[in-house]
Amino acid sequence: MNDLSLHIIDIIQNSLCAGASLLKITINEDTAAKVLAIEIEDNGKGMDASQLARLDDPFFTSRTTRRVGMGIPLFRQSAQQSGGDLVVSSRLGTGTKVTASFRTDNIDMPPLGDIANSLILMVSANPDKDFHFRYVYDGSEYIFDTMEVKDVLEGLPLNDPSVIRMLTGMVQSNIEDLKGESGNNG
Amino acid sequence: MNKIKSLDDLRKMKQSLEHGMNIREKSNSPESLVQIRVAMATCGIAAGARTVMNTLIEKIEKEKIPAVVTQGGCMGYCYAEPTIEVKVPGKDPVVFGNVDSKVAIEIVDKYIVNGELIDGVIPTNYQTINEQK
Repeated sequence: MNDLSLHIIDIIQNSLCAGASLLKITINEDTAAKVLAIEIEDNGKGMDASQLARLDDPFFTSRTTRRVGMGIPLFRQSAQQSGGDLVVSSRLGTGTKVTASFRTDNIDMPPLGDIANSLILMVSANPDKDFHFRYVYDGSEYIFDTMEVKDVLEGLPLNDPSVIRMLTGMVQSNIEDLKGESGNNG
Repeated sequence: MNKIKSLDDLRKMKQSLEHGMNIREKSNSPESLVQIRVAMATCGIAAGARTVMNTLIEKIEKEKIPAVVTQGGCMGYCYAEPTIEVKVPGKDPVVFGNVDSKVAIEIVDKYIVNGELIDGVIPTNYQTINEQK
């Protein structure tokens, strides 16, 4: 995994496998405190305490196509090597929340990567699921919610390439603005 | 094209978007579309599945191919990631392994458009470790 946006895709894939219909993704960056947190919360089938306890074991996976599961261990490694951590909380039948935190001034802090591209790819590949994305930067925020977007597009397919391009551009420029504006104020 | 920033901007763009995609919208039910499923589990992502997915979306837009790109989990072909499964209407799905951007474009040009098979197809009788007796 080269960057954090790829880890986000990976965790979203886990949520989708758990039957989630709504995914909430929050990125919270605080430049003064030099921390960045990524939170991915789903309403999938959740895990019980014994499954949760074995999550860090790379040889634990609920899948049947292969016998190892590296998603969470790799994400945790990325977080821990940059002075942060990863916490998973889950309730059977309710959903799962994965929170990873990072120290942005650490030399091992992975690059964030192309968040807009990762997000919109997931949105377009799963047009029947809903995504609530929130990017918080020094207290200002940008929200992208597929329920609102679907309302506006009135049945235009989210997986059409021209829609994908447009939505990616929209999220991208809003994130850029968010970072630019806060920078000017500070 | 103007920059889209808000939902209002998006609303204004809706008409031109609709115009651009009317060929596909008017004729089609999902079954008549080519379905391309990119395996996006840890193994696939680490091997470059996102790049392949971006390439495929760009390519089907450029060639105006009635196709949708979706996302799948791990099929057990971790050694051959990135893998994609292509389902052309009326045909059995075919899985291609070791797909980088170059191969992805070749798959669209040769397999989807011309119906020719190319190297790198994973045979359908492949069994995952758990299926083998």
